Amino acid sequence: MAAKRLNQKDKYRCLTRDLAWEPSYQTKEDIYPYERFEGIKITDWDKWEDPFRLTMDAYWKYQAEKEKKLYAIFDAFAQNNGHTNLSDARYVNALKLFLSGVTPLEYQAYQGFARVGRHFGGAGARVACQMQAIDELRHVQTQIHAMSHYNKHFNGLHDFAHMHDRVWFLSVPKSFFEDARTAGPFEFLTAISFSFEYVLTNLLFVPFMSGAAYNGDMATVTFGFSAQSDEARHMTLGLEVIKFLLEQHEDNVPIIQRWIDKWFWRGYRLLTLVGMMMDYMLPNKVMSWAEAWEVYYEQAGGALFKDLERYGIRPPKYVEQTTIGKEHISHQAWSIFYQYSQATNFHTWMPTDEELDWLSAKYPDTFDRIYRPRYEHWREMQARGERFYNPTLPMLCQVCQIPLSFTEPDADTTLSHRSVLHAGERFHFCSDGCCDIFQYEPDKYVQAWLPVHQILQGNCGGGDVEAVVRDYYNIAAGFDNFDYQGSPEHQRWQQWQGDRPADFNTAG
Amino acid sequence: MPVTAIGAYQAQSLDRQENFNGLQLVYLTWDRHLMFCAPFTLPLPPDMPFADFIDNVVKPAIAAHPDAVRVDFAQAIWRLDDADFQPDWQAGLAANGIGHKSLLRLDTPGLDGLNGSFN
Repeated sequence: MAAKRLNQKDKYRCLTRDLAWEPSYQTKEDIYPYERFEGIKITDWDKWEDPFRLTMDAYWKYQAEKEKKLYAIFDAFAQNNGHTNLSDARYVNALKLFLSGVTPLEYQAYQGFARVGRHFGGAGARVACQMQAIDELRHVQTQIHAMSHYNKHFNGLHDFAHMHDRVWFLSVPKSFFEDARTAGPFEFLTAISFSFEYVLTNLLFVPFMSGAAYNGDMATVTFGFSAQSDEARHMTLGLEVIKFLLEQHEDNVPIIQRWIDKWFWRGYRLLTLVGMMMDYMLPNKVMSWAEAWEVYYEQAGGALFKDLERYGIRPPKYVEQTTIGKEHISHQAWSIFYQYSQATNFHTWMPTDEELDWLSAKYPDTFDRIYRPRYEHWREMQARGERFYNPTLPMLCQVCQIPLSFTEPDADTTLSHRSVLHAGERFHFCSDGCCDIFQYEPDKYVQAWLPVHQILQGNCGGGDVEAVVRDYYNIAAGFDNFDYQGSPEHQRWQQWQGDRPADFNTAG
Repeated sequence: MPVTAIGAYQAQSLDRQENFNGLQLVYLTWDRHLMFCAPFTLPLPPDMPFADFIDNVVKPAIAAHPDAVRVDFAQAIWRLDDADFQPDWQAGLAANGIGHKSLLRLDTPGLDGLNGSFN
């Protein structure tokens, strides 16, 4: 007798919920030891609604089709020398930031979801995490492939995985994910699936992919489209996770609220890098960081938190500080990278006159008063042949690991600083948000690997910054870093422009 | 709660003073001079006299700023870890009460940065 074909509903049941079984010779407590120590109470895993409604066999089919299209476009881009059609070579520095700062995070996300998928008692949640883990691994691979073409023609893209573990500013994204991955499984999901993927991911992906489109980078745009359908599923998972946890037990509500407060703040700080990319690194700009924050957080996030009110959840703590900070953080970040450009894998520059005017128009209350005078001075120094590089090392926040460069919410020309004494040692923070995170779990953050302190303890292979950058980071001085103006990359780009036929030039 | 963990957990601070090979860290910020994006992290001998600290460390660190040549250190106002501070110029840093990872704030009245922009 021929075997009956399963209908879709049965197939879905067999390939998701039926993957679970009742243990007979081990207790569930022993099989899933991480389910309880965070204080989260799960009364019934069967209440979990699978948000993906997708089985693994269908998943392979969809993803394989997406991959085929994606790699066809990568090939076409490479064969047509797509990199020569960019708006300007300065744009590639945003890709260097993306490849070294974001791509390793996709890998960390893969590792995190693979791990928590093992540790949930509910089969639905396990399958959801498994699929997301595979998605994240695919994103790592496609990002590397999307940007590998640029590695043949531009500098600084040569060793991103090595740099992720070592270069000072990359400890910011690295520590964000390590904090999440060393938490319990429910905090990991709240941190990554909800706070990052659901609340903040649009701020990362939409500007990056629109920025790529505006600047002629079709390889990255195509990767973005390919990843976006996965991201939509991840966001659905993020919301499902939070609602499930909140509905399981009222005792979960204050725990989740504290995680939302923490991970909103950590995510907001991490996105400082994206703000800088939008306002400074895109030759053709999409929208300002302040505008993006208004659309993607203040409006979309506002509606989300209104929706969560019925569970007893309020908007994240210190959200009002982000409304003030949106006027400042991109300029503050660019000021850090400009003066420490000798220790990065990308170039920086002072904005052109046209760009300064764009910034003045986008930030009418702050830019001309605070940031324009600084940049005009730096431009004068550069014109005199004294381009400003800061010869000292900066003080870092113990939690977010960003230099203490943010200003007080109520005093925008005073550096923001908090400190506490813990077990006889002094610790410093950039903000109330980071200070609160430390004070709840100080023993976690006293172990932070702060790059500046590690260099000064002699743990980064050299006595001076030049040796650390060359030998420990694998960044070539004067080639991968320093100012864009006059760099080998700038010269190469000008050479290409000069080689183009005249009509091609004017069309661009 | 020192940390949320599945069992007993003993954390070791990574930046204890003994890890700095005989030196201590001092952070220094110059109020109203945001051109320097963040306070400086300075590894120093705890017995370095405050006068040497000014001449050999602070002056080179801030030299790139046009206000640097106009600073009158005799008139400077200091804060140490958020409290008023009067340095003893002949005494060492530690003897002055400047601890490992202390933050010193330098305030130079009358100097308000590039064209008064606090930069």
